[in-house]
Amino acid sequence: MGRTLAQKVWDDHVVRRAEGEPDLLYIDLHLTHEVTSPQAFDGLRAAGRSVRRTDLTIATEDHNVPTTDIDKPIADPISRAQIDALRVNTAEFGIENYELGNKEQGIVHIIAPQSGLTQPGMTIVCGDSHTSTHGAFGSIGMGIGTSEVEHVLATQTLPLNPFKTMAITVNGKLPAGVTSKDLILAIIAEIGTGGGQGYILEYRGEAIRALSMEGRMTMCNMSIEAGARAGMIAPDETTYEYVRGREHAPTGADWDAAVAYWKTLPSDADAVFDKEVIIDATKLSPFVTWGTNPGQGAPLSATVPSPDDFTDEVDKVATEKALAYMDLTAGMPIRDIKIDTVFIGSCTNGRIEDLRAAAEVLKGKKIADGMRMMVVPGSVRVRLEAMAEGLDKVFAEAGAEWREAGCSMCLGMNPDKLSPGERSASTSNRNFEGRQGPGGRTHLVSPAVAAATAIRGTLSSPADLVGSN
Amino acid sequence: MDKFTVHTGTGAPLRASNVDTDQIIPAEYLKRITRHGFEDGLFSAWRKDENFVLNKPEHQGVSVLVAGPDFGTGSSREHAVWALMDYGFKVVISSRFADIFRGNSGKQGLLTAVVDQSAVEQLWKIIEEAPETPVTVDLAEQIITAAGFTTKFEVDSYVRWRLMEGLDDIGLTLKHVDEIEAFEAKRPSFKPKTV
Repeated sequence: MGRTLAQKVWDDHVVRRAEGEPDLLYIDLHLTHEVTSPQAFDGLRAAGRSVRRTDLTIATEDHNVPTTDIDKPIADPISRAQIDALRVNTAEFGIENYELGNKEQGIVHIIAPQSGLTQPGMTIVCGDSHTSTHGAFGSIGMGIGTSEVEHVLATQTLPLNPFKTMAITVNGKLPAGVTSKDLILAIIAEIGTGGGQGYILEYRGEAIRALSMEGRMTMCNMSIEAGARAGMIAPDETTYEYVRGREHAPTGADWDAAVAYWKTLPSDADAVFDKEVIIDATKLSPFVTWGTNPGQGAPLSATVPSPDDFTDEVDKVATEKALAYMDLTAGMPIRDIKIDTVFIGSCTNGRIEDLRAAAEVLKGKKIADGMRMMVVPGSVRVRLEAMAEGLDKVFAEAGAEWREAGCSMCLGMNPDKLSPGERSASTSNRNFEGRQGPGGRTHLVSPAVAAATAIRGTLSSPADLVGSN
Repeated sequence: MDKFTVHTGTGAPLRASNVDTDQIIPAEYLKRITRHGFEDGLFSAWRKDENFVLNKPEHQGVSVLVAGPDFGTGSSREHAVWALMDYGFKVVISSRFADIFRGNSGKQGLLTAVVDQSAVEQLWKIIEEAPETPVTVDLAEQIITAAGFTTKFEVDSYVRWRLMEGLDDIGLTLKHVDEIEAFEAKRPSFKPKTV
């Protein structure tokens, strides 16, 4: 019987398989950052252990860092202490760290693909749930906890039970104006925040093949929001072309050997998935969230749902709680929801194509009166590339703030936060209560919807701008 | 890690689904670099509400959390597990746990017991009617008992063995270092290096 992409990559990394034990899986690349690593390094120190493969490990500073005044010391002493701990730990254990101010610094899931460290057929882990991003290359990318970070540092392996596999087949073409973010939000609403638990997802079908690598990264990034630890897309010419020539990409005979191997990875025609979900891309439209988990979403053209729309008692209660927290009334058009702050950035939508998409909408326009808009590139390289294209000027002329690279307002760990009651349209990945700051209210959107919303002041798509302003 | 065989304690009924790790412990608390002392961050936003279950006088000193489906979704922060344990929880009971949260719990010795939602409802009812009811979680038998109600629970068999033996994962893996070396010797040369 044929094997799926996930099974092939998994099998090729099994160090040890024994009855009654999890598989011991080799890890090709370990990404670390300041938040989930200090206790792991302390654990190594306490046990007198070293880092097994410093050459397969990299660190960067992203979650805590400010996105303004980065030449000054970090104002928050606790954040500064955590960054300092990473610097001390990486120096002591011999790991390369891309510090704030380094041209390679940025969000951990942006920097590995852009430097060519992320390639097809790898196992990649990081103490961050959005490690699923790297699945866009046909790798298994998984978020891990701090105990597992310590385990990988010490052994370069992880004991894991194999996952079930789920195919998510997206047939047809996405209509104009519908992006990978809309698609993944619609998928999460369809299968639910627990739908992917225990599975590795494989996105496939015509609409997926047509996506750029950056669009694919947005899809895989949010697999965790459907409960799946990893999401994958089979490598193809789009993938090879993206990797080719990047500084960590193989060259010469190694390149040929790598491509030959990568071509063996796509799921076999007779491979059997444990579950399959089929999505019709042609029926999709811009999609946003109205509630407090990423599964609580609807088309922008819809109205806010009522608890009575749900038959399941758990869903009813969850909807009631979400509407109360979000201060929304059932039945109101989603397009009428007024927004205070627009955030463009994060490991979900902080890449150059995302910034281009937003700039295209904003070019020659102004954001609404009283609107705050922050544009935060995912890495220093993305920032420099955007500036070379003049995108920073487009944002500034529209009235948006152009920031330095970091996780920023995706999570309330740095100075970029919502105030209690403040409502955002955000290109990030989580709309949990208080995620962007205590009491803050989040609507997840695509970069194009974020930009159109900033102009109109209410949740909007670029199509809503036609004929106005 | 301490060995886990049987635990008896009082329960807290958390009537909520999709309790994500940002609710269990908000990001602000993740800036600390220690492994203990996170009890103040546990459910910190919800604890501001005096009616929140953990604020009620009858639910002080609890050690068994009974929650709705999809507990521990979202971020991979192990701080969520540390906060629950620092507060005094030994067991979380739910019909469904997020994968990463469940994995983190297993590493730290917090038992995540999976039961049907109907059993969760039954436990909520028992605890709300008589908060002092002892809830017993027997890992050897995989049984939860409370006031005459008994239910089986599921737990990964390897995690169960490790919890019962109190074993450290890294120590177990390092017994197989020769197999790791053999694997490394065969890795293709095209695999990337960070330096």
